[in-house]
Amino acid sequence: MNQQSSSARFINIGERTNVTGSARFKKLILADDYTTAIEVARQQVENGAQVIDVNMDEGLLDAVHAMTTFLKLIAAEPDIARVPVMIDSSKFEVIEAGLKCVSGKPIVNSISMKEGEEPFLEQARKCMAYGAAVVVMAFDEVGQADTKDRKVEICKRAYDLLVAEGFPAEDIIFDPNIFAVATGIEEHNRYGLDFLEAVREIKQQCPHAKTSGGLSNLSFSFRGNETVRRAMHSVFLYHAIPAGLDMAIVNAGQLDVYDQIDPELREACEDVILMRRDDATERLIDLAESYKGKSVADEKAAEEWRGWDVRKRLEHALVKGIDAHIVDDTEEMRSATADKGGRPIEVIEGPLMDGMNVVGDLFGSGKMFLPQVVKSARVMKKAVAHLIPFIEAEKDLLPEAERKSKGKVIMATVKGDVHDIGKNIVGVVLQCNGYDVIDLGVMVPWPKILEAANENDADMIGLSGLITPSLDEMVTVAEEMQRSEMTMPLLIGGATTSKVHTALKIDPNYEGPVIHVLDASRAVGVASKLLSDTQRDEFVGDTAGEYEKVRQARAGKTPSVLLSLQDARANYYDAYLSDKPAPPLQPGVHTFDDWDLADLRAYIDWTPFFRAWELHGNYPAILTDEVVGETASQLFDDANAMLDKIIEEKWLTARGVAGFWPCARDGDDVTIHQEFIRKGGREEHVVLPFLRQQVKKSRDRANMCLADFIDPDGDWIGGFAVGIHGIEPHIARFQADKDDYSDILLKALADRFAEAFAERLHQHTRTDLWGYAPGEQLTNEALIKEEYRGIRPAPGYPACPDHSLKPILFELLEAEKNVGLTLTESFAMWPTAAVSGFYFGHPEAQYFGVARIGSDQLEDYAKRRGVDVATAERWLRPNLD
Amino acid sequence: MNAREKLNEAAKERVLIFDGAFGTQIQNRKLTEEDYAGDLGLKADQKGNNDILALTRPDVIEDITRSYLDSGSDVISTNTFSANRISQADYAAEDQVEAINIASGRIARGLADEYESKDGRPRFVAGAIGPTNKTLSLSPDVEDPGYREIDFDELTAVYYEQAAALIEGGCDFILIETVFDTLNAKAGIMAVKQLEAALGRDIPVMISMTLTDLSGRNLSGHTVEAFWYAVRHANPVTIGLNCSFGADQLRPHVQSLSGIADTLLMAYPNAGLPNELGEYDEMPETTAALVRQWAENGQANILGGCCGSSPAHIQAIADAVKDLPPRTVPSPEPAMRLSGLEAFVVAA
Repeated sequence: MNQQSSSARFINIGERTNVTGSARFKKLILADDYTTAIEVARQQVENGAQVIDVNMDEGLLDAVHAMTTFLKLIAAEPDIARVPVMIDSSKFEVIEAGLKCVSGKPIVNSISMKEGEEPFLEQARKCMAYGAAVVVMAFDEVGQADTKDRKVEICKRAYDLLVAEGFPAEDIIFDPNIFAVATGIEEHNRYGLDFLEAVREIKQQCPHAKTSGGLSNLSFSFRGNETVRRAMHSVFLYHAIPAGLDMAIVNAGQLDVYDQIDPELREACEDVILMRRDDATERLIDLAESYKGKSVADEKAAEEWRGWDVRKRLEHALVKGIDAHIVDDTEEMRSATADKGGRPIEVIEGPLMDGMNVVGDLFGSGKMFLPQVVKSARVMKKAVAHLIPFIEAEKDLLPEAERKSKGKVIMATVKGDVHDIGKNIVGVVLQCNGYDVIDLGVMVPWPKILEAANENDADMIGLSGLITPSLDEMVTVAEEMQRSEMTMPLLIGGATTSKVHTALKIDPNYEGPVIHVLDASRAVGVASKLLSDTQRDEFVGDTAGEYEKVRQARAGKTPSVLLSLQDARANYYDAYLSDKPAPPLQPGVHTFDDWDLADLRAYIDWTPFFRAWELHGNYPAILTDEVVGETASQLFDDANAMLDKIIEEKWLTARGVAGFWPCARDGDDVTIHQEFIRKGGREEHVVLPFLRQQVKKSRDRANMCLADFIDPDGDWIGGFAVGIHGIEPHIARFQADKDDYSDILLKALADRFAEAFAERLHQHTRTDLWGYAPGEQLTNEALIKEEYRGIRPAPGYPACPDHSLKPILFELLEAEKNVGLTLTESFAMWPTAAVSGFYFGHPEAQYFGVARIGSDQLEDYAKRRGVDVATAERWLRPNLD
Repeated sequence: MNAREKLNEAAKERVLIFDGAFGTQIQNRKLTEEDYAGDLGLKADQKGNNDILALTRPDVIEDITRSYLDSGSDVISTNTFSANRISQADYAAEDQVEAINIASGRIARGLADEYESKDGRPRFVAGAIGPTNKTLSLSPDVEDPGYREIDFDELTAVYYEQAAALIEGGCDFILIETVFDTLNAKAGIMAVKQLEAALGRDIPVMISMTLTDLSGRNLSGHTVEAFWYAVRHANPVTIGLNCSFGADQLRPHVQSLSGIADTLLMAYPNAGLPNELGEYDEMPETTAALVRQWAENGQANILGGCCGSSPAHIQAIADAVKDLPPRTVPSPEPAMRLSGLEAFVVAA
């Protein structure tokens, strides 16, 4: 349980947010410096004020405006707003304006019978209707009560009137007037004692009512002598509380502990307040002289956190939403960064974003709530605003092309939804970080979103929504973006959105990147990756992969979205079969016993190599990456040195096989014609059973099966297997030397060689063996991006998830004999640096994920494979539930 | 006996049953733009404006309300969550506000009377007032935390218009529900107080808060306890929680409210949390079993359902709690109970 509440016997009401009680606060409000004025309120609460008194009664002020402005501002400060407010004014119009801004149950301070009973009751009724407790001053038509009897009499009368009106007695607080003592005027000497006695009497005569008083009046004659004033206040409370005083307006930071007051001073104060000696006033005045000018123990001592390390201070300021020092701290961080040769942007990307991540985590785990997060964003914005001129100045030194905003983001709450707080936070955080944000507002229909994105040449679109129907609308936006052939990333955020929904419902409808952004603190990371030349592809790829996994994992949990196998088949991919590739130039099986490693070296895709070493980034940019660049370069050099040796000293042997067979589609099977198959002297058909997507598709998307790319009236299919041999003695040597680094390096390079060989052999197939793309001229980058015609799906991967097709493929290729590759009982290849798969040459052939299939397809597949359902189930487990 | 007394009497006998969601029930009927728009000739598309159906397809609203009465509801609400000037402006239907609320009140009133006369069991009509999409406590502009899109008096006038029409339509109570901003609720209370003054009679309110975050606060940041103290001056006939999370997550907050509120407690949670696809898939028996626990613990006087709940859920809840004793309303000691975002009690 996280329910906070507190109760207390005696209540400190903070008085520093009172223009009549604090010269500093008055100055701040007059100067319109509400930001600092709010800090005053925060300090009050931090110092233990349980209620804060807000008073704007100053001739030079528009008190209604100042009161409402201040109350609205502190409502946005959870550290302050957690305590009740006391709306303090002598003008009821100011009070009523304040009541309209306060969301909790406040105290009104004050009303009285100064103008007679009827105005008094009218004001009391209003306080009741707004739901406020009320301070009633001991003031009547005659004037302010000074003696004990007048105080008691007025309060009792007011009490009876209020209770008769239905005002809850427990919501009445009497203020029987604390007046200044030790003024030198004899009649004033009783004021302290009269107050104490009146409190005792009022509490008896007015059940459940409370009493209060403004403490600073008491020591008015000792202005400028803080030590004496504090002592007087503490001593007065020490006696007033047992008398029944429930609360007092005090400077919560300026109360001494009774026992710790200098005994001589304490006694002198007590003599005055309790009127214990005739010369009490003179004695206190004399004693006071000796305390004059003594600074009160570190009154303005920096709060503890100000002494922390600057990074920690920035985090604290962000988490607490304190902007008082943020500019100074940001500047300190910036200059420290600059001294180390760093750039101003690093302050944002480093400590500030770290702080925002803490905010995000706290919010995510329910330890912070929304207003605090908004506040943190504001502090962030101030910090960033300070850095912008430095960043701009830096940009001026950059070539023209690099001087631009980081990117342009279209943000919108989708049609049908009006919730925009989260979207606004994301917008602020993005702007903080140098993005141009075009906020389309709420209830934005998709045509407007697309139009704005196109007109502004946006880099991405961010959609937000809180209510559940918004999820469907987001799908619509994605579909429409697809329909208009947009490619920019689509960001999804908002309370009801989820990675699962994004993966299942939105991502499949849009071919551009779709990214679910968990919360505002992640938005910048996502946006910067999407706009980064070096990180984009990897990030998009990783996310797509993640969503694919989610789809596969979750497909089983939504049985309703599966089509029957029959319906799925009816919705097959209708490839334009006239485009099918011509028969291979060189049909049959081709074996390559020793492909030139030097040739393969040029086909290596280095990015996965670095990822294997947990260095994330794309080659070649990773070599100059600020963080991992140095490490990556060193590794790259070592790898190349080893490659030189591998090739020169012929450590490894690349063996491969490729084969091409005439075939035909037969339902979801591809049947290879018999004349090319010899098994035990017999010729027979070989059937390649493929799986079909059964997850219900939106619009006119097909339920694909690899067989769809093959012509039922006759076509060709290929297969291949490559393996890298000869690694063992070298590994043994490295292990003997305890050289783990070289061991891992060699294994990683062998894997790269296998992949490079698969790529090279596929190319050789396209240009020579099958020869359907004889003129193909592609760079290695284009190869890596698969910008060629045809696919080579591997058993065990999404389009062809059944690993058990490998034995069939291997038999077709006679892979064991031709390449020296064997399969384990669970169909893993040995040696491990190996790749195998099928070749599809149709220009429309594409990769896809089979995802979840139904039991009807499972049974059908078992029949086609000639195995029992249990076996098929074991093979296809990842595609079942 | 007035409605307040009648409800208090009935609530002494047993745990009463509220109704369930309108939204999902309407969605299931797959209405078209023509259904929504009727022949009102409004300038904007009406599809999605569920409240306007009281005018254009009253049969649908009647049908749904009837299904809740058939499922055992003692208290039914009007389908008027968004039937206020602010929300209706999105559909260019501001001028229909009065008509929608009167019509909605009449539909519910007629059915409540029909069922009550059939079996003699008292039925009550709660005129539902949603929070609008404006907030009095929060700035929509993060750069200007002091800014407000609307002020207290404007919102009070918006609520007044709706409350007056609901009462004219025959509602027993004004249900200020799904309170995400406590100050909005206070404006609602003010509107009802003004209406009471204008009509010269008691108009009991029901107040229901919604929690928006895991720490158990509403959007304006109030804890359940702080909220209760902030609205207690309304002398509500019921206080409670609705929407928020499912019953499971709501449990500790119902418990805490039950211990302090000296009035009837009404809770109507969502049918669980929406799954990742935004659908509510909690089975009626599951919801019923969860809210039954509150009744078992003596923490509930009126139970119902919010988002995702159906007549089946209400039936299941009614069945689950029918033999359980209702909550006894506590009588806390008089004390000054103030609140900021958190409660603050001044000891007696």
